[in-house]
Amino acid sequence: MQSLTNRSEPVVRKPMTWLEKLYLPGILKGMMITFSHIFKKTPTIRYPEQKRAFSQVFRGLHVLNRDEEGRERCTACGLCAVACPAEAITMEAAERQKGEENLYREEKYAAKYEVNMLRCIFCGLCEEACPKDAVYLSETFAPPNYGRKGFIYGKEDLLIPNPITEPEAYAKAKGADAPTTK
Amino acid sequence: MEETKKDPPQFFKVTIDNITVEVAPGTSILNAARSIGGDVAPPAMCYYSKLEGSGGKCRTCLVEVAAGSTADPRPMPKLVASCRTNVMDGMIVKNITSEKVIDARKHIVEFLLLNHPLDCPICDQAGECSLQDLSYGHGDIGTRYEFQRRLFEREDIGPYIQLHMTRCILCYRCTYVADQLTDKRVHGILDRGEHAEISTYISKAIDNDFSGNMIDVCPVGALTDRTFRFKNRVWFLKPLDAHRDCDKCCGKVTLWNRGEEVYRVTSRKDKWGEVESYDGKPGWICNTCRFEKKKTSDWIIEGPRKISRQSVISAGHYVGVKKPNEIFSAVHDGRKPRLLMDIHKVSEINEPHIELSRIEGPATGAVFNNGSNQQAE
Repeated sequence: MQSLTNRSEPVVRKPMTWLEKLYLPGILKGMMITFSHIFKKTPTIRYPEQKRAFSQVFRGLHVLNRDEEGRERCTACGLCAVACPAEAITMEAAERQKGEENLYREEKYAAKYEVNMLRCIFCGLCEEACPKDAVYLSETFAPPNYGRKGFIYGKEDLLIPNPITEPEAYAKAKGADAPTTK
Repeated sequence: MEETKKDPPQFFKVTIDNITVEVAPGTSILNAARSIGGDVAPPAMCYYSKLEGSGGKCRTCLVEVAAGSTADPRPMPKLVASCRTNVMDGMIVKNITSEKVIDARKHIVEFLLLNHPLDCPICDQAGECSLQDLSYGHGDIGTRYEFQRRLFEREDIGPYIQLHMTRCILCYRCTYVADQLTDKRVHGILDRGEHAEISTYISKAIDNDFSGNMIDVCPVGALTDRTFRFKNRVWFLKPLDAHRDCDKCCGKVTLWNRGEEVYRVTSRKDKWGEVESYDGKPGWICNTCRFEKKKTSDWIIEGPRKISRQSVISAGHYVGVKKPNEIFSAVHDGRKPRLLMDIHKVSEINEPHIELSRIEGPATGAVFNNGSNQQAE
């Protein structure tokens, strides 16, 4: 058979020599490699005390964004839900009433918005589909849980804190590399 | 013209995009192209074959006439509106094969979108909007317009119809509906040119029996159903063909259901976005059928409505699916799989006590937060 690369070598099938039959030199050689790693830098970290920074393109839990005035951006247009391949997103819309202009950006808003994190595959298609910059995948992941009920994230879990009334919580939720609302 | 009067042939031969058809004299180019179908048919925003006198306003159906007729084979100097130009024997028409037409159409779309707001995420027409389809298929990606668009307050014309004048493209279809279907027209176009707007005279309510058909003929989201406002997106609903015995209209409708709830009732639309005809008569439906029969039990369901595969409405609606047999109970001695979580117990969406289809107007925050259906009935 023609080899795919020119680096292939035929397997040596000749019987082992006396020294090789002892095995000890081979074992010592292997142990030397193992022990030499004691003096090298450890590549692992001690999670959960230590944590690594997420990649810039990490796709974690969803956040529902607010605009610079603290109004909710989501208009319940349903594009995230129709783009979702796992059918994890559901929502119900309501009309903005007089006096709610400081709460919602547009005349329609999502009264209920749910992401089923058990179904979600964190593909980020909802983020791409969103015409209002309202949904983003943050750099956090869902905390483990013994039950399944805690994985149905409602609007109160997803909505980012108000940047005007709770600026510290907002900055924390936004993270260092999270997209700005502007 | 002179020759056709002398010896009127039974059929005119027209060649549209190199396809030759025979049509009766007096047929418009648009209808001749529609008899071929497919991409050859020019798009139309204002022309509506069931409304007499419609057409000639939006200019999206412009075509190039390469040869006027056998008798006079000179080309027409400008692009012509195909809905308003009748065919001649031996006419050669270029639609999608003409670069001039494609370029002109692109700029017509740009003109139509000058004053059209980009509020598709809010608009209830999104997903079945002719202007969305048109701009997606023929338009440019961007706009060169950088001024303030026309602004209007939204208006309730009558208890059932919501008018968003900002979205209107002034196709006049709704005024033809009022003229031809209802006994008295109480709305029309006020002012002219740039200032033209559809409105009722001093907020007079529209309460004619067939006025709801305005919603169906509106190619954009200017006239929408107030009883359906913001209830759901069309592509999450299940379209069903249904009928009932109605003494006022044909009673043949499309129900837009979610589960057992009827969210919206519309007339049945054909592939040109127009209402279907039954026995030669257009199947307009009355306001009783459209706005008041919001129970599945009011209707006799005929089956799921066929929606074009390209439409977003058919997204996630699978046809002819063969479900595999459930093998779990067979290999586990009849034991059912254990249900670890019932989503309906956890989820707050689609709660049984909130029946959105029963609420007259759009849902408000109070509907969801009070936990009771206070606005119902």
